[in-house]
Amino acid sequence: MSRTHITCTVNGEDTDFLANPGTSLLDALRDELGLTGAKEGCGTGDCGACSVLMDGKVTCACLVFAPEAQGRDLLTVEGLSSGDGVGGDHLHPLQQTFLEGAALQCGVCTPGFLVAAKALLNQNPDPAESEIRYALAGNLCRCTGYDKIIRSVQEAAVQLRSAT
Amino acid sequence: MTAIENPKTYKWVGTRPIRHDGYDKVVGKARFAADLNLPSQLHAAYLRSPHAHANIVSIDTSRAEAMPGVKAVVTGGDFPALDITDPNHDVSINVLARGTVLYHGHAIAAVAATTKAEAQAAAAAIEVEYELLPFVLGIDEAMADGAPLANEQNYQKFIGPSDPSNIATHTPLERGDADAAMVAADIVIDREFDCAHVHQGYIEPHACVVDTGADGKANVWASSQGHFMVRAITAAVLGWETSRIKVTPAEIGGGFGGKTTVYLEPVAARLSEKAGRPVKLVMSREEVLRSSGPAPGAKLRIKIGATSDGELTAIDGWMAYQVGAYGDFAGMVGAMSVASYKFPNLKLESWGVLSNTPKTAAYRAPSAPHAAFAIESVIDDIASELGMDPIELRLKNAAVEGDLTAMGMPHPRIGLVECLEALKASDHYQSEPAEGAARGVAVGFWFNIGEQSSATVNLNEDGTATVITGSPDIGGSRASMALMAAEELGIDVYSITPVVADTEAVGFTDVTEGSRATFATGKAVVEACRELKVELCRRAAQTMGVDEAEVEWVDGAAVSSSHGGEPLTLAAITAQAKRTGGPLTATASLNAAGAGPSFAVHCADVKVDEETGQTAIIRYTAVQDAGTAIHPSYVEGQMQGGSVQGIGWALNEEYIFSSDGVLMNPGFLDYRIPVASDLPMIETIIVEVPNPSHPYGVRGVGETGIVPPMATIGNAIKAATGVRMSSLPMSPPKVLKALGDAR
Repeated sequence: MSRTHITCTVNGEDTDFLANPGTSLLDALRDELGLTGAKEGCGTGDCGACSVLMDGKVTCACLVFAPEAQGRDLLTVEGLSSGDGVGGDHLHPLQQTFLEGAALQCGVCTPGFLVAAKALLNQNPDPAESEIRYALAGNLCRCTGYDKIIRSVQEAAVQLRSAT
Repeated sequence: MTAIENPKTYKWVGTRPIRHDGYDKVVGKARFAADLNLPSQLHAAYLRSPHAHANIVSIDTSRAEAMPGVKAVVTGGDFPALDITDPNHDVSINVLARGTVLYHGHAIAAVAATTKAEAQAAAAAIEVEYELLPFVLGIDEAMADGAPLANEQNYQKFIGPSDPSNIATHTPLERGDADAAMVAADIVIDREFDCAHVHQGYIEPHACVVDTGADGKANVWASSQGHFMVRAITAAVLGWETSRIKVTPAEIGGGFGGKTTVYLEPVAARLSEKAGRPVKLVMSREEVLRSSGPAPGAKLRIKIGATSDGELTAIDGWMAYQVGAYGDFAGMVGAMSVASYKFPNLKLESWGVLSNTPKTAAYRAPSAPHAAFAIESVIDDIASELGMDPIELRLKNAAVEGDLTAMGMPHPRIGLVECLEALKASDHYQSEPAEGAARGVAVGFWFNIGEQSSATVNLNEDGTATVITGSPDIGGSRASMALMAAEELGIDVYSITPVVADTEAVGFTDVTEGSRATFATGKAVVEACRELKVELCRRAAQTMGVDEAEVEWVDGAAVSSSHGGEPLTLAAITAQAKRTGGPLTATASLNAAGAGPSFAVHCADVKVDEETGQTAIIRYTAVQDAGTAIHPSYVEGQMQGGSVQGIGWALNEEYIFSSDGVLMNPGFLDYRIPVASDLPMIETIIVEVPNPSHPYGVRGVGETGIVPPMATIGNAIKAATGVRMSSLPMSPPKVLKALGDAR
């Protein structure tokens, strides 16, 4: 099977890679680009652990073929922080509030939640609790019962609003 | 909030630092087993049984072996046949079937190939001839006279060999005279209950990478709750010495008991040995649901007698747990987990029953939730029949220190009364339910266990410390270890690096199970730190030129009353270690006794839509005795996570099998676990009744939170509708039917 050459933007950088036409975007990100932050929890779009932003929209990378990323702008959890510092200084407010609010336990769903929550706050800087709960209803967490995740998104929203 | 403050005040214990492993987890750098890729690595896939029960007449792998990219194929014949009395016999034939498949989805063969797609295609090309056997899928049919045997090699191994049967265990427990007490009781309520199989539902599927080298040694990277367990079982299944295997724990993406056994590693090791290349083996979600261990289903009959003023005088219970195709301890634990009330007269009989369904595995307080669902439902009915407040009735009968569990063991100091009082005083219980909502409460108990742990603490030359344990961190235990070490050594919690080391870098440590890590491994960490403090004082005395007995360790420094100078800090002592006797390091290993039992009391307000049968959780509070909350945020997290798993168990989750034993809902779309929009915030009240057997009073907190929710919600549904639900899950069709039947 001949592999397809795909060019796109990943976390702000021009990127190209090769993938079989039937390869999922998730496998391409993880195996070709070494971006293993997005996880495969189900492979059927039910758990959200593979959430990435494609042109700003939350997308299950397991449901997208790699060639569909051609020309698109992708954001993965690895692109959330500015990456220019140590400690918490360079983290996105969502990453910081998840840490401070104990919103993660095993952490396997965390990348997907962070990406989906960023998409929500991009669209709606002041979401009600129920809006957060519905926006994140496609992301499964089995450890936390969601309480601390919701609170951490609320706190990040406050911080982001006060910063603008 | 914390209801009862621990009388001891600590500098670090009880604070809420950012967990040490958190940074990697929020930037996508944390390495779970499936994130690892080795050079020249192959990918493996399984062939699994399409039948619930069949003899394998023949397996022909020749066509698969000739397919593109295929480097190795294994079947059960590639593994030694363990004796039936070997404790690893069942796991060995569950890893790959030998001669007989025992459930739909049972692994038969595996292929390693250059790509996953090639491995899957080749696995599908393996030709198997089956001879179909009769099968059993439910408790009643399995226990019926003349029932087909689910597994001809089951000999009731937990109670001694006899003829093969579908009974794994039979556990009778008795005290007093329950029959006479029932006759004498003013009120007796007798009900039947059933519970569907549910799955732990960890988001990370089972995964490993194994590299078997030319020297015959295997390097294993695995997601598990215990890498020493992975080493032991992998060695046993392969017929190897344990020293041939090194297991490095990957980050684990949820376990809840489901990762306390082995499915993949021996298969990957043999494939790697055959191919001479590393092999990655990852389950799909469908494989997780079909072929890893769910919690048992159950049927229960519970009869409880009481006096008219609410004294519970007797319990008579029959419990059967459906444990899947192999013997399991689940049935025994069901009866043993009855421990919340005094019950002067008690007669319990619990069974483990085999069926041609997947081998069950532990799930958070295994077997206790089923029993508590039934017992707490009946107790609620007694309270409402007597017109008593459900908390007052429970307070009147609550077990305290010295009261006996069903096993006849006296409770040590426990905090059930304190939990009940805390809920009674809570804002939730003191407020009326919202318009249209009604309230339920229930109690949960879990034993907690100790077991073996090891810890090494290395003091570094700059005064920082590395805390090395062998307990995979499934709920925040690294943060707990660091906090306890910080408290002991008197240094900043961020000066401590907690590490979970591989099987060659730390002493033997049992599985992270039974809510034991912060208790038992924490105890080992504290012991190692205390040994270091003695040595630090000795070194300081040497440097100060004073008698060792005059030196004390205070707030991270050696202080001597007879020495006029400044205290010697830990960093000052470690900097001089080379001159004063060498590196400062200590190791402690122990088999911990005295795990404090843990109690929880939950309260739920629900609304039931009488047109759809759907139950909505409006408000939820979990109260639990943590002994001492080392990191309160993660104690709350355990309580909230357990509560929500229980809410899923109560309302949605169930294994649905076809009449030929095929799981019909093997994905998260149809096996629906709770999502954020299903839930309110989960309020928590941490009660702290310190466990006298732990230096900081820790009780395990991981499991108890899943015990009360099913009855809590069932009791709330009863309060809302007047209908007693007796079958889990209390899904909309069942609630609608029950409402219809009641009309």
